[in-house]
Amino acid sequence: MDWINAIIQGALLGGLYALFAAGLSLIFGVMRLVNIAHGDLIVLSAYVALTTSVGLGLNPLLALVIVVPVMAAFGYALQRLILNRTMGDDLLPPLLVTFGLSVIIQNALLMGYSADPQKLQAGPIETASVSLGPITLGVMPVLVFAVAVAVIAGLQWMFYRTALGRAFRATSDRQDIAQLMGLNRAHVFGLAMALSLAVTALAGVFLGIRTSFDPAAGASRLIFGFEAVIIGGLGNLWGTLGGGVILGIAQTLGAKINPGYQILAGHLVFLLILAIRPRGLFPRMDG
Amino acid sequence: MPDPILSIHGLDAHYGDFQALYGVDLAVERGQVLAVIGANGAGKTTLMRSISGLLRNAPDAVRWQGRPIGALRADQIAALGIALVPEGRLLFPSLSVEENLIIGGQLGRKGPWSLTRIYDLFPILKERRNVPATALSGGQQQMVAIGRALMSNPELLMMDEISLGLAPVIIKSIYEALPGIVGEGLSAIVVEQDIAKALSVSSHVTCLQEGRVSLTGGSGELSRDAISKAYFGV
Amino acid sequence: MRDLSVSRSTPASTLAMAALGAALLVMFAAPWWAGRAELRLFGEIFLYMSLATLWNFLAGYAGLVSVGQQAYVGLGGYMFFAATMFWGLNPLLALPVAALIGAAISAPVAALIFRLRGAYFAIGTWVVAEVFLLTFAQVTSLGGGSGTSLPVGVVKGLSESRDGREALIYWLALGIAVLVVGAVFAFLRSRRGVALTAIRDNELAAKSLGIDIWWTKFTVYVVTAGLTTLVGGLIFLQKLRISPDAAFSVNDWTAVVIFIVVIGGIGTLEGPILGTLVYFALRETLADYGTIYLIALGVVAIAVMLFAPKGLWGLIRGHRGTELFPLSRRVRGLTEKGQ
Ligand SMILES: Nc1ncnc2c1ncn2[C@@H]1O[C@H](COP(=O)(O)OP(=O)(O)O)[C@@H](O)[C@H]1O
Ligand SMILES: [Mg+2]
Repeated sequence: MDWINAIIQGALLGGLYALFAAGLSLIFGVMRLVNIAHGDLIVLSAYVALTTSVGLGLNPLLALVIVVPVMAAFGYALQRLILNRTMGDDLLPPLLVTFGLSVIIQNALLMGYSADPQKLQAGPIETASVSLGPITLGVMPVLVFAVAVAVIAGLQWMFYRTALGRAFRATSDRQDIAQLMGLNRAHVFGLAMALSLAVTALAGVFLGIRTSFDPAAGASRLIFGFEAVIIGGLGNLWGTLGGGVILGIAQTLGAKINPGYQILAGHLVFLLILAIRPRGLFPRMDG
Repeated sequence: MPDPILSIHGLDAHYGDFQALYGVDLAVERGQVLAVIGANGAGKTTLMRSISGLLRNAPDAVRWQGRPIGALRADQIAALGIALVPEGRLLFPSLSVEENLIIGGQLGRKGPWSLTRIYDLFPILKERRNVPATALSGGQQQMVAIGRALMSNPELLMMDEISLGLAPVIIKSIYEALPGIVGEGLSAIVVEQDIAKALSVSSHVTCLQEGRVSLTGGSGELSRDAISKAYFGV
Repeated sequence: MRDLSVSRSTPASTLAMAALGAALLVMFAAPWWAGRAELRLFGEIFLYMSLATLWNFLAGYAGLVSVGQQAYVGLGGYMFFAATMFWGLNPLLALPVAALIGAAISAPVAALIFRLRGAYFAIGTWVVAEVFLLTFAQVTSLGGGSGTSLPVGVVKGLSESRDGREALIYWLALGIAVLVVGAVFAFLRSRRGVALTAIRDNELAAKSLGIDIWWTKFTVYVVTAGLTTLVGGLIFLQKLRISPDAAFSVNDWTAVVIFIVVIGGIGTLEGPILGTLVYFALRETLADYGTIYLIALGVVAIAVMLFAPKGLWGLIRGHRGTELFPLSRRVRGLTEKGQ
C-alpha cells in the first residue's frame, strides 16, 4: 500500500514538473530556444508572488491574477529587448545570454531577499486532504495536477485551433515565409515567451506553496523541467505531462528507498531513458 | 503617363561579400503584368527577395506608390499589399492546406479573394483542405502557394518560377488560371526561365543577366534575337 | 619571381612567443619574489586560465557547449582525495591518476549525452554534474553531504614546510596552465585540430570531406574532461577541503569560466587567457561589492555576446586576424607578388 501511495504522490508531483516543462517545451517548439534561465524565472515568479501576497495581504493563489500578467509582460519585454537579438543559426548566443541571465536573476534575488528560504502561505488548503479508502490525497497536489492538465490541454488547443497557434507553427516551420504572411517574427517570438512565462508564473506559485525556495533553487527546476521534456519526447506537449509523471514517480520511489536518493533516482531514470529511447517515450509522430 | 505602382531604382543586393544585383531599375504600372526572365543564377529570386523585404535594401531603392519601402521588414511590406509566391513553394508543413490559405489572409486586407474564391479557382484544394499541405502533389502544392498569396488580397502579386518542377499539363492548367487572377486591377511580376511562357502572359518584360538588367521592353515588341542575346549574353 | 611559402608564424607571433617565454620565467620565479597571498592569487589565476582554455576548446572549437564542466572539477577533487586518503598515493601521483579516472569516466558519459543536440546537450551535461554531486554526497567515507578535509599526513607528504608546500602547489598550477594551453595548441595544430576547425566552420562540408565528426568531438570531450579533472584535483589540493556543493558548484567552475571566455573572446587561444586576466583584475577591485559583482559580470558577458560576439580579443585583433599563437597557416610572399 505504501508503494502504491508513493506512486500516486509521485504522479501528482509530476503535474508540477509538467508545468516546469510546458513553458520550456513551448518556446523550444516555436523558436528552437532553450532557456537556461527558465528555472530561475520559476523561482523569480515565486518571489514576485511572495511580495504581492505579503504586500497586499492576498492568498498566493489569488496573487496569480497579478503574477501571471507581470511575468508574461516581463517575458515579452525580455524577448523583444534581449533574446531576439541572439536568434539565428548559431546556438551559442542564446545559450550564453540565457545562462548570463540565470546568474543575474539568481544574484539579484540574493541581494533583494537574502539566501533565507521562503515559503508562500496559502492557508488551510495546503494541508487539506481527501481520503479515498486507504489512500489520502492532498488537495493542493490534486489541484496542481488538474491545473497542469488544463494548461497542457489549453496550450494544445491554442497551438492547433487558434490563429495564434497557427502563427506559432508557421513561424516555427519557416521564419522568413511567415514574415511574408505579415507575421512580425519579433512579435510572435515575444508572444511565445510571454505565454511561456505565464505558465512559469503558475509553476512558480505552486512550487512556492508546496516547498520552501531560495534564490539558488532555480537550477534544479530547470533540470526537472528539461528531464520531463526529454523523457516525454521533444515537441510533444502531452508527452511532457507523461515525462513529468515518470520523473515524479521515480523521485518518490527513490525517496522511499532512501531520502538521499530522491533526486538522484529521477536523474538516473532520465539517463536510462536517454540511453534506451533517445527520442523520448512519446516522440511526436510528424517528426 | 501614370505613376508606376512599384518602381525600383539602382537596387544592389549582397549575400555576404557576394554581390548578386547591380543597380537594377524597373517599374510596374497598375494592372500591368511584368515578366522577369533570365538564366539560372541571374538574380531573379534575389530580386523577389529584395522587393518582398526578405533582403534589406537602401530605403529609396524600392518605392511603392511613390513611398520608399526598401528598408521595411517583410511583414510590413506584406501589409502594403505585396505578395510573393516563393520559388519552391515553401508551404508550411505543419499546417493543413486550409490553414496555409488562412494564414495567407491573416492580415485581413479587404478585397475579392476569400477561401471560397480560392476553392472555386482550384476545386481540388477544397477536397483536400484538411491534409497537411506538403502531402499534396507538386502541382497542387503550387496551387496552395498561389492561393496563399492571393488570400492577402495583394495589389502586386509576384510569382517566382511557379512552373518549376511541374509536369507540362499542370503548368498549362496553372497558367490558364492566371488571366482570372490578374484581371481585377491586380499587378503582377512573373518570374520565369521559359521565355515563351513569360512573354505569353505579360505585357512587359525585363531580362536579368548576372545581376544586371540586360533588356527591358514591351513583350510583343522585342525580337527573339534581342531577347536571347540579353538572356544568354551571346 | 618570388618564392611562395606557407608558414604559421608571423612577426607578431614570434615576438609574442618570446614575450611569453620571458613572462613564464618571471612567473616561475614568483615564489622567490612574491608574497604568500600573491602567490595564492597567481596560482588561482593559472587554474582559471586552464579551466577557461579547456571550456573554450570544448565550446569554441568543438561546438560542445557544456554547462556541466563542474562535474569534472568536482570529480577531480574527490578522486584526488580518495587516491591520497584511501589508496595512499603520493599527491603528485594522485593528480595524474585522478585525471585518467576522469577521462575514463567521461567516455561513457559522452556516449550518452552526445545523443542530445545543441542546447539540450548543454543541460544534459548539467544533469550529469548533478548526478556526480548527489552520488558523492552519498559517500560517507568522503564526508557525505558535509565533505571532508585532507589529512595532515597527506599535506605533509607534499612538503614539510608551509612555504615549500605553497611554492610547490603554485608551480603545479603554473605547470598545468602551460600543459593545458600547450596541449590545446598542439591539438589544434595537428591533423585532428584542422579537422576540428573544419567542422566548426562548416559541419556539412566537413562531413563530405570524410571527417568523422562524432569521433572528433568525442576525442575532444574526453581529453577536456581528463584535463579538467586534473585541474580539479589541484584546486582541491590548494583548498585542502572538499564538499559536494563546493566541488560541483556551477557558479564557480562553469558560470565564471564561461564569462571569462565570452568576455575574452570565444574560439581563439588568446581569448580565455586575456579573459582570465580581465576577470581577476575586476574581481580584485570589485570583490567588496559581493553579489553585485557577479551580476555585473553577467551583464558584461551578455553585452559582449550581443555587441562584440568575438570578445575583447576580437576587438583587439580587428580585421587583420592578428594571432599571438601561431595557429593559422598563411601564405608568405603573396602580397609582394601582387604588387
Ligand atoms: N543564400 C545565398 N547565399 C549566397 N549566394 C546566393 C544565395 N542565394 C543566391 N545566391 C547567389 O546569387 C546569385 C543569384 O541567385 P538567384 O537570385 O537565386 O538567381 P535566379 O533566381 O535568377 O536563379 C547566384 O549566383 C546565386 O549563387
Ligand atoms: Mg530563382
